[in-house]
Amino acid sequence: MPNASETSDALVSVQNLRKEFDISGGILEQLSLRRGRIVRRRESVKALNGVTLNIARGEALCLVGESGCGKTTAGRAIIGLLAPSGGEVHYDGRRIDRLRRAEMLPYRKKMQMIFQNPYASLNPRKRVTETLLEPARFHFPEQSEAEHLRRVESVMESVGVDPAWGARFPHEFSGGQRQRISIARALMVDPEFIVADEPISALDVSIQAQVLNLLMRARAERGLTYLFITHDLSVVGHFGDRVAVMYLGRICELGETREVFSAPRHPYTRALLSAIPKIGKDESAHIKLAGEVQTPLDLPSGCVFRRRCAHADEQCARAVPELHDIGASRVACHAVADGRI
Amino acid sequence: MNAAPHLHSNVLRSLLRDRTAAVSAAVLCALLLAALGAPLFAPFDPWDQTQFDIMDAEIPPLGGGADARFVLGTDGMGRDMLSAMLYGAGISIVIGVFATLLQAAIGVVVGLAAGYFGGRLDSFLMRIADIQLSFTTLMVAIVILAVFQASVGLRFYEEYALVAIVLVIGIAEWPQYARTVRACALAEKKKEYVDAARVIGLPPFTILRRHILPNTFSPLLVISTVQVANAIITEASLAFLGLGMPVTKPSLGSLIRNGFEFIFSGAWWITAFPALLLVALILSINLLGDWLRDLLNPRLYRR
Amino acid sequence: MPLLSVQNLEVVFPLPGGTVRALRNVSFDLDRGERIGIVGESGAGKSAAAFAILNLLGKPGKIQSGRILFDGHDLAALDYEAMRQIRGNRISMIFQDPMVTLNPVLTIGAQMTETLRAHRRMTRARARDIALEKLRAVQIPSAEKRLAQYPHELSGGMRQRVVIATALLSDPQIIIADEPTTALDVTIQAEILELLLRLCEDFAVGLILITHDLGVVFGVTQRILVMYAGRIIERGPTAEVIGAPRHPYTRGLIDALPSAARPGTPLKQIPGVMPSLHEIPSGCAFHDRCEFAQARCAAETPRLEEQGARAAACHFPL
Repeated sequence: MPNASETSDALVSVQNLRKEFDISGGILEQLSLRRGRIVRRRESVKALNGVTLNIARGEALCLVGESGCGKTTAGRAIIGLLAPSGGEVHYDGRRIDRLRRAEMLPYRKKMQMIFQNPYASLNPRKRVTETLLEPARFHFPEQSEAEHLRRVESVMESVGVDPAWGARFPHEFSGGQRQRISIARALMVDPEFIVADEPISALDVSIQAQVLNLLMRARAERGLTYLFITHDLSVVGHFGDRVAVMYLGRICELGETREVFSAPRHPYTRALLSAIPKIGKDESAHIKLAGEVQTPLDLPSGCVFRRRCAHADEQCARAVPELHDIGASRVACHAVADGRI
Repeated sequence: MNAAPHLHSNVLRSLLRDRTAAVSAAVLCALLLAALGAPLFAPFDPWDQTQFDIMDAEIPPLGGGADARFVLGTDGMGRDMLSAMLYGAGISIVIGVFATLLQAAIGVVVGLAAGYFGGRLDSFLMRIADIQLSFTTLMVAIVILAVFQASVGLRFYEEYALVAIVLVIGIAEWPQYARTVRACALAEKKKEYVDAARVIGLPPFTILRRHILPNTFSPLLVISTVQVANAIITEASLAFLGLGMPVTKPSLGSLIRNGFEFIFSGAWWITAFPALLLVALILSINLLGDWLRDLLNPRLYRR
Repeated sequence: MPLLSVQNLEVVFPLPGGTVRALRNVSFDLDRGERIGIVGESGAGKSAAAFAILNLLGKPGKIQSGRILFDGHDLAALDYEAMRQIRGNRISMIFQDPMVTLNPVLTIGAQMTETLRAHRRMTRARARDIALEKLRAVQIPSAEKRLAQYPHELSGGMRQRVVIATALLSDPQIIIADEPTTALDVTIQAEILELLLRLCEDFAVGLILITHDLGVVFGVTQRILVMYAGRIIERGPTAEVIGAPRHPYTRGLIDALPSAARPGTPLKQIPGVMPSLHEIPSGCAFHDRCEFAQARCAAETPRLEEQGARAAACHFPL
């Protein structure tokens, strides 16, 4: 568990966050016949299994993992789009995961989100100016329309979209420009903290660099704190101060990006890092994982990674590994804790 | 991609390119103008029984070598067919439009609520819709209108028939809208712009009104054309069964039924002309609906 | 003589808003067993090139001029039936989404034997044996069992392996892979790429790998073609081109990668966006985004100048 001092200077603090999705459907689909008896069975996907992390004011924390690892669910639970099944989310020292919509409003000005799909994240029926005005009008009703418009103009300029294009509809823009507009919408309320869910993975390479630069500049100018969710490790290496590696709803390694990249400790982090296709390096170093990517439908007992891990033993099947301080990072692995790796 | 925003500039071009649609639009516009302007154009007032003269009854249309006052002949009461048809088309259109508006009002509210909030509310509302759909519109209408007619008396019925028919057809057909809107709302609420609106903190009602509702307009427009046509037909069927508009204020359906009594005595025009007008009206609405559906279908849509 | 020789290929899409030229004067060769990569961003024409080879251009696209010589035949001039004999038989294709290739209602075994029997006369048992052999070649665990399974019972990585096994069924001479790993996770991507590389080497199959990811191309291919706005703007041995690009666009792409910059510093970015094929700038299509552009670049379209094994279409190569 994080100690008190660590919690207090964190802007966002997440403790033992859990989320299950019930996928058993309606009551009729839950019923089945077994040995002559009708039984009701409920199935759920355990997307988050106790995620604990703190995000310090002003830092960029990258949450990285493969599809289905729960990184997007974690981001949505933290921003309040999903109600967690268990655990707590604190913002600036106050618990926010059980708040009602109206009680949440003060935090809506401080926390914003940027989405993955630039083609779905803007309302196709709204002109760009209207999309950007909406958060300003809602959160700053005391300001005049002229002030709102001035704000729209300055934010559009700061994300590199010509304010003269405000009267256009989203479909008249390219993917990269739409993503800029999405970022502009998040910046309209002058937030402190932004959850960016795969904001560049739908974009072309040359456009990715533009958007990444924009996010970094916005951070420098506005002192933003980021939770940056991505599957792309090369972006993590460039963008994140710290990185949290997720596997099947748990964090397996958490630490300074430089530290984790230069000396990964968890077997999964090692395999992941070795798998990035790199330019100018030999491919042969790739570490192969046993078995298939697992689904969060039937989680193994103990360590969620053990069925694919070359170092797993019976202790890994018995006990869930907690995050321990190992060197400068925190690692959830029995083998690492015992010094077997 | 959503086609709607380019629409305004392209609607006219697309309409002119599609000859069927262009002709349908022209016919429909002419009919609407004639029907709604009936008090100005019609040579007689078919609702004023004091103007009828029984001596003028069953005069055949021009070409039959008869009275020049009655271009399309007269019916059994000596009423001018042309005037009756113009007024009747107006009544049919009014019923079609208002019944559809009522369906849409109920259906949109129910559909948005079911689709957006989901869960038990969704199941509850959609089961009601299923139950409603399992009774055919005609059956519901016949039962309610027959009971209504019997309980309030013919005098009162004639006065309020229009309102009653609009209400009955409107209530019987709302599930069509509810289902379409619900499907749309389900699809839209998964899109990230709705999440973005929630992250801004907008209340659900505002999200529904400002974000989701406008994105359901295209399919709404398409089913509306079908529903107007259906409502007009339903009223005509009811009239044919004696439950539609009264003969004193006839719709196209009532005129057809009225004329049916005379068809074997050779006065075919009393039935045939209103029937032709009804067919023209329904056909032009449906063809225009087809064109609209193609226009609004993003997959078929081309710049 | 190269196995496949694409010569001055022009592909157009006559659209209501005007004819779009998707490929302009594209020429390249592929030798037996050679692996080349076609790299470019969306809209560069890399997929159009692949589809043109197999005559799979969607309506209303068509080959305007140019030749596609495969083993002495001009594929651009073949009729549908003759093309069908080549497609999926001597040239196979792998798509980004395995479910495009796999039929969800047929078992893996059924679709593999069917594919085989569509091209060659053989018994069901013989076809099954070949299918099994190919599934083993792509290292699918318990291959025997997979024959009876449906595509949805497999994970994404396994599905892509099945697709590759299906592509190998008729012992093709060329495999065209269109973003074969883009939909997969990093660890699975690495495995699939390794597999492709090994299969090409073992069976001497030529590979045309279409991707936007320079890292992927670097690991797998021997030569690389970089495309921009429908043209090949640079080509050459992969390591040389990526190590020392001559065309400013290629260099821009490499410099834009986060791994190329010091962490936390701004990335080198190419300003602007790729022009839409409706409005390609005059002269060099890249000139309005290029930091080295001069007056000549806007006026005159640079030719792809050969220099040894390499070529770049730039008036002022780096």
